[in-house]
Amino acid sequence: MTTTIAPTPLGPVVTPGIPIPQGPPSPQPEFIPGAPPPATLLADAWRGIAAENPVLVQMLGMCPTMAVTNVLANGIAMGLATTFVLVGSGLCVSLLRKYIAHEVRITSYILIIATFVTLADLLLAASFPEISKALGPFIPLIVANCLLLGRAEAFAAKVKPVRAVADGMGMGLGFTLSLSAMSAIRELLGRGSLLGFDILGPRWEPWVFMVLPAGGFFTLGLLLITAAWIDELRRKRRMVVVK
Amino acid sequence: MSNLAWIFVSTLLVNNFTLVMFLGLCSFFGVTAKIETAWRLGLANTFVLIITAVSAWILNTYVLTHTPYLRTIAFIVVIASAVQIVEMAVKKYLPVLFRQLGIYLPLITTNCAILGLALFQTSRHYTLVEGLVFALGAGFGLTLALSLLASIRERMEVADVPVVARRMGLVLVAASCLSLAFMGFAGMGSQ
Repeated sequence: MTTTIAPTPLGPVVTPGIPIPQGPPSPQPEFIPGAPPPATLLADAWRGIAAENPVLVQMLGMCPTMAVTNVLANGIAMGLATTFVLVGSGLCVSLLRKYIAHEVRITSYILIIATFVTLADLLLAASFPEISKALGPFIPLIVANCLLLGRAEAFAAKVKPVRAVADGMGMGLGFTLSLSAMSAIRELLGRGSLLGFDILGPRWEPWVFMVLPAGGFFTLGLLLITAAWIDELRRKRRMVVVK
Repeated sequence: MSNLAWIFVSTLLVNNFTLVMFLGLCSFFGVTAKIETAWRLGLANTFVLIITAVSAWILNTYVLTHTPYLRTIAFIVVIASAVQIVEMAVKKYLPVLFRQLGIYLPLITTNCAILGLALFQTSRHYTLVEGLVFALGAGFGLTLALSLLASIRERMEVADVPVVARRMGLVLVAASCLSLAFMGFAGMGSQ
């Protein structure tokens, strides 16, 4: 499925002396400054997972990334809660984009986001009370996650609802994947287990460092360095092919 | 009195908001390239934290006693408007300070340290005075962490670093070392 961009006419050719016939105005697409270029829904979703991954590339939403990723279950729950808020708030912001005045848009977005965060908080507390207790104040703190306001302002407010939902899904999935990767590393090395199941056996000496706050910074630093290293290798290989 | 002193020291060093509790990390990595902006932002944050502590206490005592489910929404709206009012007041009465703080003052609204302070204050049932001391300790702790990382980053600018670690990777590892250093204070809590 490809979208073709129609060539934009540069206006009628003006010949001097002949008046231009004034027909009814043709329906022109509304111009929104800073709107994202047209793309397929799949591309919208894939962008959040790979090229614009919220954690590994954009470095947004760092607080929950570090704070809750000492155990895999917490990381996944946090990622899914954020995905829920991203999709819900993206849909609402996109539906209301023509009715929200420009001057009060940030406050309105924050209100919409806060509503969905409260929903997620209450739902989680009702269905998974243990995880809700472990995450503590970090579920209400999703409101202050810059990723949400960033997507509402930069994407959802400028596109149709379907695209906003696709983008929210992609960003949420990318966020969940990065959080899962981080928490899997930290739980495996720091406790020798995954999702509570013992993996490395009783003879494994757990690295306490990994479950400490310092381990969070360290793991993400290592992940970023690894990503940069892979990029570097790829670039070198491409250079060789070109030669 | 010793309780107040303990709250202050504990939020300043033992449970440092940025390095141990992971609050306000966006500004921690975003604006610590230069030490001057770093400590100025820290002081601006301290100011907003104190205002937040007062408004959270008022909300908790008089407004939210019957509607706890509105907590998140009420906090964020009150914080956003408080920051807006402070910004206008500073612009009118202290124009020099306003120019120095620049963009950072409005950006503080989306700093999770602010909302985090309000939420922790609620869950620990602090009184007004305790809340104020808590805010002061948290603010100075933020300023300390921001200035420390900014000075490390200024030194790293001139160091010869491997290409793969040039961007955020090394900054994160440095932050990890800082956090590890702050873990040394953890023993103070056991007494």
